[in-house]
Amino acid sequence: MTDTYLDHAATTPLRPEVREAMEPFAGDAYGNASGSHGVSRRAKNALEEARERVAGALGCRPREIVFTAGGTEADNLAIKGVALSDGIGGVVTVATEHEAVLESADFVRRLGGEVKVVGVDRFGRVDPQEIATAVTGDTRLVSVMWANNETGTLQPLAALKGELAGRALLHTDAVQAFISEEVSVEGVDLLSLAAHKFGGPKGVGVLYVRDGVRLEPVLHGGGQELGRRSGTHNVAGAVGLATAVEVSVAERQAFRARVGGIRRRFESLLGGLAARTVPPDLTLVQHAHLRVAGRRNETMLVRLDQRGVAASSASACQSGASTVSHVLQAMGVEAPREHLRFSFGWSSTMEDAEIAAAALKEAAGVPA
Amino acid sequence: MRVLVAMSGGVDSSVAAARMVAEGDEVIGVTLKLWAGPKGEMPTAGCCTVSDSEDARRVAAQLDIPYYVLDYTEDFSIGVIDGFVSDYLSGRTPNPCVECNRTVKFSRLMAQATEFDCELVVTGHYARVDRHDGRYRLRRGADSAKDQSYVLSMLGQDQLARLRFPVGDLEKTEVRAIAADLGLRTAYKAESMDICFVGRGDYRSFLRVQAPDAVEPGVLVTVDGREVGVHDGIAGFTVGQRRGLGVALGEPHYVVDVDAPTRTVTIGTRDHLASERLELTNVTWTHAPLASGESTLVQYRAHAEAVDAVWNGDGTVTFVDPQMAVAPGQTAALYRHDEVLGGGIIT
Repeated sequence: MTDTYLDHAATTPLRPEVREAMEPFAGDAYGNASGSHGVSRRAKNALEEARERVAGALGCRPREIVFTAGGTEADNLAIKGVALSDGIGGVVTVATEHEAVLESADFVRRLGGEVKVVGVDRFGRVDPQEIATAVTGDTRLVSVMWANNETGTLQPLAALKGELAGRALLHTDAVQAFISEEVSVEGVDLLSLAAHKFGGPKGVGVLYVRDGVRLEPVLHGGGQELGRRSGTHNVAGAVGLATAVEVSVAERQAFRARVGGIRRRFESLLGGLAARTVPPDLTLVQHAHLRVAGRRNETMLVRLDQRGVAASSASACQSGASTVSHVLQAMGVEAPREHLRFSFGWSSTMEDAEIAAAALKEAAGVPA
Repeated sequence: MRVLVAMSGGVDSSVAAARMVAEGDEVIGVTLKLWAGPKGEMPTAGCCTVSDSEDARRVAAQLDIPYYVLDYTEDFSIGVIDGFVSDYLSGRTPNPCVECNRTVKFSRLMAQATEFDCELVVTGHYARVDRHDGRYRLRRGADSAKDQSYVLSMLGQDQLARLRFPVGDLEKTEVRAIAADLGLRTAYKAESMDICFVGRGDYRSFLRVQAPDAVEPGVLVTVDGREVGVHDGIAGFTVGQRRGLGVALGEPHYVVDVDAPTRTVTIGTRDHLASERLELTNVTWTHAPLASGESTLVQYRAHAEAVDAVWNGDGTVTFVDPQMAVAPGQTAALYRHDEVLGGGIIT
């Protein structure tokens, strides 16, 4: 049985062009980018070219791009790096942020920094004014995600930039949004990406750091990445990430239309079986976060898996057991254990939507 | 046939799963996450740990069966932990494994099996189920040293009809040999002896948080009311206990009563410990109730011989010979030969 993979928010398959671009670095192009000989130079050239391509896509300078080992590290570096540079500073963030942000903020709090976590409305949106009110003289960083990884809820970043008016640095975790939203660095000071969420490899990410933002590294060592992130470069990963960035940007409009259409088709086939957690115009086009009333999500995921459909409850502990989502709790959602996330991606087809809808009906015990 | 195997990460349930696969069944493996830390993490000591679930996952992968970890923490907290704590607070000695079987494993798991379209639930318990005279019999495991029928004594016909214990007809050494033959990583794994949510036998520190009153100091008195010492909490005492009393009174003394409201532990000599009978609540029968006045064997502790007794028809059992150390809160299982007839909780 082939899997119908509808968990692109967890990770995506590698795009073929990304795999092709990375291939040489699994072979002859094995150099360490820090060195003076030819082998090293070729690696360094590939790394810096990748950096330029990412910068071009985000609309920033190459030196503002820091390669990391993924989205979690990028978030850690943003939060801890800013809060712990020049003594300790405060952080304001939102209850529905990814754990990489919330736990980093909690680490800052334990070190004595002032951390405020602002709540959200029932659709998971934060009120920009509430953020602005929470910002005090001690606040050094505000961190608000572009779009939520569980529900797909888009945050009102444009309004937030206006409300903040530069009173604190602004970080945004754009890990989930990048594939389908016009993500740029305009008006933000730091921005996180993870390659594997848009057809790139796992284990590589980017933190955009605006020129002039002071940053204490999280990983200390040989001083790579202009001292902001030590460790031998993942050249293959950086090249793969850059390729995935370019392909995603080039295909973004087509992705929105095509994948949005597949997601809508899936939802329409379900009829009244499931209810959206957040209205579609407030979320990423590829997210279908749904409640199947009276059906425990843990059971539904097994029943879907038995039918070859990979979906998620979007909130699982390391063992894979479902837990109650902190995102849904913050939203005050009723019956958080009855919610499922179907996330579509670049490899999804209309047939996937049809197979998944039929499987979901069957799993819920609804006659076809 | 599609079956659901509860895999703890130990050798017994590993072999149980392997035997069902060998029979040609479509097997689904699950580990029940029963207890978690404050941030939802699995414990690192005792049963139900991260490494146990990882062992179960790896065995499932080796057997090429789907495997899931299911979150039963809410059911477990309500069905087992709450009762465990309140039992200790009232001076009783609870048996959380029996409660877990009663309220979580064989109720939730059966329902879950139906939801996964599974006909049977399979576990690694040392007990046997067979069909005899038109009923399902629950019998002691073939390995008398490992027999676990006592903790299954609450099962009824509906449940027995849908249960399989594939290692029940094996000796533990045979189970390990099968696991070793199959190259299962759990073949030589040590037995888990701890209460899964307490870990490393340290129930005092657990109770200090969950039931602080049970670890408050109190007095030790003899049966004639003489105060002979102090103790550091009623949770440390079970009727029949001899060790750890901290008093020297010439002849051996045993705990004969634990009074929770006054935190008084009463001790007496062997004569004071003897019970003629025991009284049960929550009585269940595997098939049909005994008739009043019928003879039975009763096992009133997890690792003890069953003794001759008579069922009085009113929830009480009279021993043929008086028994020592009948502890309130413990389960008593009733047998005929090696067949479990039913059981209840000692009041």
